[in-house]
Amino acid sequence: MSTDTPTKSDVEFGSYKYGFHDSMDNYAFKSRKGLDPEIVRQISEMKGEPSWMTEFRLESLAIFESRPMPNWGGDMTDLNFQDIFYYMKAANEQETSWEDVPEEIRRTYDRLGIPEAEKKYLAGVKAQYDSEVVYGSLQEDLSKQGVIFTDTDSALRDHPELFREYFGTVIPPGDNKFAALNSAVWSGGSFIYVPKGVKIEFPLQAYFRINSQNMGQFERTLIIVDEGAAIHYVEGCTAPTYSSNSLHSAVVEIIVKRGGRCRYTTIQNWSSNVYNLVTKRAMAYGDSLMEWIDGNLGSKLTMKYPAIWLMEPGARGETLSIAFAGEGQHQDAGAKMVHCAPNTSSRIISKSISRGGGRSSYRGLVKVHKDAVNCRSNVVCDALILDPASRSDTYPYIEVEEENVAIEHEASVSKIAEEQLFYLMSRGLSEAEASAMIVTGFIEPLVKELPMEYAVELNRLIELQMEGSVG
Amino acid sequence: MNSVLKISNLHVNVGETPILKGVNIEIRQGEIHALMGPNGSGKSTLAYALAGHPNYTVTDGSIEIDGVNITEMEADERARLGMFLAFQYPVVIPGVKVADFLRHAVSNIRNPERKEGEGLMGMREFRKEIRERMNELGMDPEFARRYLNDGFSGGEKKRMEILQLAMLQPRFAILDETDSGLDSDAVRVVSEGLAKLSGPQMGVLIITHHERLLEFNPPQFTHVMLGGRIVETGDASLAHDLHANGYANIRARHPDAAAENAKAEAAAAV
Repeated sequence: MSTDTPTKSDVEFGSYKYGFHDSMDNYAFKSRKGLDPEIVRQISEMKGEPSWMTEFRLESLAIFESRPMPNWGGDMTDLNFQDIFYYMKAANEQETSWEDVPEEIRRTYDRLGIPEAEKKYLAGVKAQYDSEVVYGSLQEDLSKQGVIFTDTDSALRDHPELFREYFGTVIPPGDNKFAALNSAVWSGGSFIYVPKGVKIEFPLQAYFRINSQNMGQFERTLIIVDEGAAIHYVEGCTAPTYSSNSLHSAVVEIIVKRGGRCRYTTIQNWSSNVYNLVTKRAMAYGDSLMEWIDGNLGSKLTMKYPAIWLMEPGARGETLSIAFAGEGQHQDAGAKMVHCAPNTSSRIISKSISRGGGRSSYRGLVKVHKDAVNCRSNVVCDALILDPASRSDTYPYIEVEEENVAIEHEASVSKIAEEQLFYLMSRGLSEAEASAMIVTGFIEPLVKELPMEYAVELNRLIELQMEGSVG
Repeated sequence: MNSVLKISNLHVNVGETPILKGVNIEIRQGEIHALMGPNGSGKSTLAYALAGHPNYTVTDGSIEIDGVNITEMEADERARLGMFLAFQYPVVIPGVKVADFLRHAVSNIRNPERKEGEGLMGMREFRKEIRERMNELGMDPEFARRYLNDGFSGGEKKRMEILQLAMLQPRFAILDETDSGLDSDAVRVVSEGLAKLSGPQMGVLIITHHERLLEFNPPQFTHVMLGGRIVETGDASLAHDLHANGYANIRARHPDAAAENAKAEAAAAV
């Protein structure tokens, strides 16, 4: 099985632009469709991984195959696991051509005023965002402080001990079927280690990682914030992101040690062919603060419940989530807070919007273990349903095993109030503009936590959605 | 250019119920008209019908600006033609900053052809202007960062309406009980604000129960509404008289309208 070059029967060659080369690096490589131990081994070999990782992948594959599909959440009957490519490595050019990118997406880029080069990157047409000049010096600053910021593949190779100590400890492969899948075929993602006491002042963005693709189907991200350190990490983008891959299943593991602070911001707007099934979880230790800011705009189906396990006294967790479901979309999003220690607090704010027949759900869990006394948890989930064809559901789970705690849950459902619409229209705003303004006002608690350019783009995108010019 | 807002024989229903039963008024730019009348007379209905609220149906008559029939127009079209209503109970728009809202409003009013998403007034220019207006009205600049009407006191809401008036500079402004629910200080601020803003470019219709607003803004015309119709028109002294003596004389002089009004008041009380 172990050969230096894959045989022609195993693989399909992708881009022919540069013809054949001797060196492996220049081959565009795509595994054949489907998933089995042979393909998983191939992936591990292509990456030159240590044997423990290969074993880990194979065990994970076995777990994936043994688990049933969830019988809750969204409809995945169309998802055929054997009809998917699980690994693809581009040489210099991506597989997708600009012509393949759907018209609505290209139009949205225009309306959002996105520069040419960035458009191609977002659509997966270009392998890298041309940011070397700008961000090269950033990398230097970070490494001087001892910060490690690289992609997960490189981290396994360059920081094996650190990697192995934490990898899979927050989300073991047995956690759920899709965590097992990711554990078997993961590729790409970010690896960040912030040393004790180091506070990174500005948000680190996914596309600072200039040495690999960012549109991975099975990204695996691992962030370790050591004691007293602080980081804000931003991934994804508001502009519609075209992916020819229909299954995205990422895993994000975060460890925030005593006194540390971590904020992880995601705005995701996958094209409407994508099943986006994500497992994100953080462990927050003594007196630490963990925040998930989660924006879900696109995809056919998203299932994502950023979780925080509050492990030691003084830990605080917060999740701000918005989900916008348009025609043919189902956002099943929410959060999980697990209080494992006394004197911990959590807050969930969920805003969901559905329009044009879309379906937007809040699914959340607040769990308090026995002896986790003096905990506080507050959940606010607000739904805005914009027309009679659309739908919103709430599935709140509260499991409290300790009496001496304060748990609050508030929920509201509304539509755009006629009086609000009239008020804005009487000041000259068209109905579409007024509706968009009301919707952006609805999600303001989340938007004001975003870096400026994201906030502007997100509001602009909502405006476009409300005009009905984006699918 | 002296524009005219002409309301002719206006009949308005709310749902199935007739409220306005033939209202006639002409308001010119530069004029101040007061509209008074007891509860249930239809004053607010007139205000909402002029502004184009979807729940108010015109069943007969018309509303015209310079001969252009606006009766079928949506609220935003009317605003862009220069119509403005200062609400009695301004609604809260959560999460929308005053400044953002005003910037959109101003951009639409000053450029009626503007398409959504384009041609927003420049940030710097806008900031300068809103700061000047807020200064003139004695408003704390922090106001612009607050969410529209969210957590505003009654007085703050009314000042917000006046600020909008100042920025949008409509040809015709209807003030629906802008002085109600305010303490004297607040009324004075609102009255002075209005006095500064109105002038030859603005035709104003002040709907009020009280005289205070009219002290700083003396009306050329006072109309009294009763039972969905205007039953009398006079000058500033009529307003003064009503304020001093109430509506008893009016009711006596117009018994049919008074009867209609009594019915309407009873229905509203249910």
